[in-house]
Amino acid sequence: MLKRRIIPCLDIKDGRTVKGVNFVNLRDAGDPVELAKIYVKQGADELVFLDITATVENRKALAGLVERIAAEINIPFTVGGGIDTVDDVAILIKAGADKVTVNSSAVKRPGLITEIASQFGNQCVVVAIDTKPVDDEWIVFVNGGRTPTALRTVIWARKVEELGAGEILLTSMNNDGTRLGFSIDITGEVSRNVNIPVIASGGAGSMEHFSEVFFNTGCSAALAASIFHFGEINIPDLKKYLMNKKINVRL
Amino acid sequence: MIAILKYNAGNIRSVQNALTRLGCESIITDNPTELLNADKVIFPGVGEASSAMQYLKERGLDKTIVSLKQPVLGICLGLQLMCRYSEENDTECLKIFDSDVRLFPPVNKIPHMGWNNFLTMKGELFKGVALEDDVYYVHSYYPEVSSCTSATCDYILPFSASMQYENFYATQFHPEKSAEIGEKILRNFLEL
Repeated sequence: MLKRRIIPCLDIKDGRTVKGVNFVNLRDAGDPVELAKIYVKQGADELVFLDITATVENRKALAGLVERIAAEINIPFTVGGGIDTVDDVAILIKAGADKVTVNSSAVKRPGLITEIASQFGNQCVVVAIDTKPVDDEWIVFVNGGRTPTALRTVIWARKVEELGAGEILLTSMNNDGTRLGFSIDITGEVSRNVNIPVIASGGAGSMEHFSEVFFNTGCSAALAASIFHFGEINIPDLKKYLMNKKINVRL
Repeated sequence: MIAILKYNAGNIRSVQNALTRLGCESIITDNPTELLNADKVIFPGVGEASSAMQYLKERGLDKTIVSLKQPVLGICLGLQLMCRYSEENDTECLKIFDSDVRLFPPVNKIPHMGWNNFLTMKGELFKGVALEDDVYYVHSYYPEVSSCTSATCDYILPFSASMQYENFYATQFHPEKSAEIGEKILRNFLEL
């Protein structure tokens, strides 16, 4: 049986992880590769690295980091942040990334999704969608959640599938950082309306939140950052908990 | 020396990284002589079937691959190209395995992406691997079960997770991305 995936997300700034980390056995808490290795050992199913600075100069540094990650990590990983063109993607894939995420640039120019998919395959394109309700309607936001668009979330999700996305990373902005749980309603709705995997993101605060989102929605994976970085939930405990709740995960 | 076949597919580098982690030297090449002289050959790949076949044919690599006598390991698209035929853009393949490659029916999420265990398995590649062990898949097309099938996996329907015919071995999953279990399978191949 296909397993539900647990995906830690690492924010990268100038080649270092930002947001504190709290691992006792970590020599260098700022080094993304060191942190990634710990997650792999713990049983993370995939990793996501988001470059939150994402300028042209940083792109080359990021490619160097991706090469180091690819050399040391034996599970799939996704890289994102500021990808505007197929050339940006080519650099990251060549460095060893398995997938890339696009967000604002895909809203600005939806053809980018098709361009990446036709050159590197659908499986390579993860479209990140940041969303929150405005007047009872879930809409898509861009620019790191600062700018609302006219796009309705479910309609955009179906559109990105049609354009060639292999997966959707859906972040519920109102939940993000709250630790009050994933947004079940929009995650469920998007998941029902597309036939590609959906990664739930935003709001993880406890193990119950993971079982809730897996039990109540068709999402294929759940992503979180701080609760893993601070060691509040460790992945082996989380996976045992989910198995006990009859949710299939890789042990 | 292990030769990794260079062609217009992604993911080639990660195969080399995985071999390096296992302490094994490798070259990435499309030179027929280097391929023919290697101890083992890996035919990796993530990509699209028809353009990959066309690339191989234009360079005569299709003939080189089928003439290889040493152990060969196809991975993902590599496996699919070793089959008879792929529905992906109506592609005639290398016809090493007696199986066709079909698009998953859309009754569940496609691609089949993530970690999945085995229904059945046999053969040297799976020494020390258990049916409940998970390996990483990402694919929208699946190889049918045939007489060359050496392991099966269930997603929407049972399909070939691994195939073997004479010196040709292949996996639909990505051993190079499948953590310790994947490393075990790669090591089993390297020890053939």
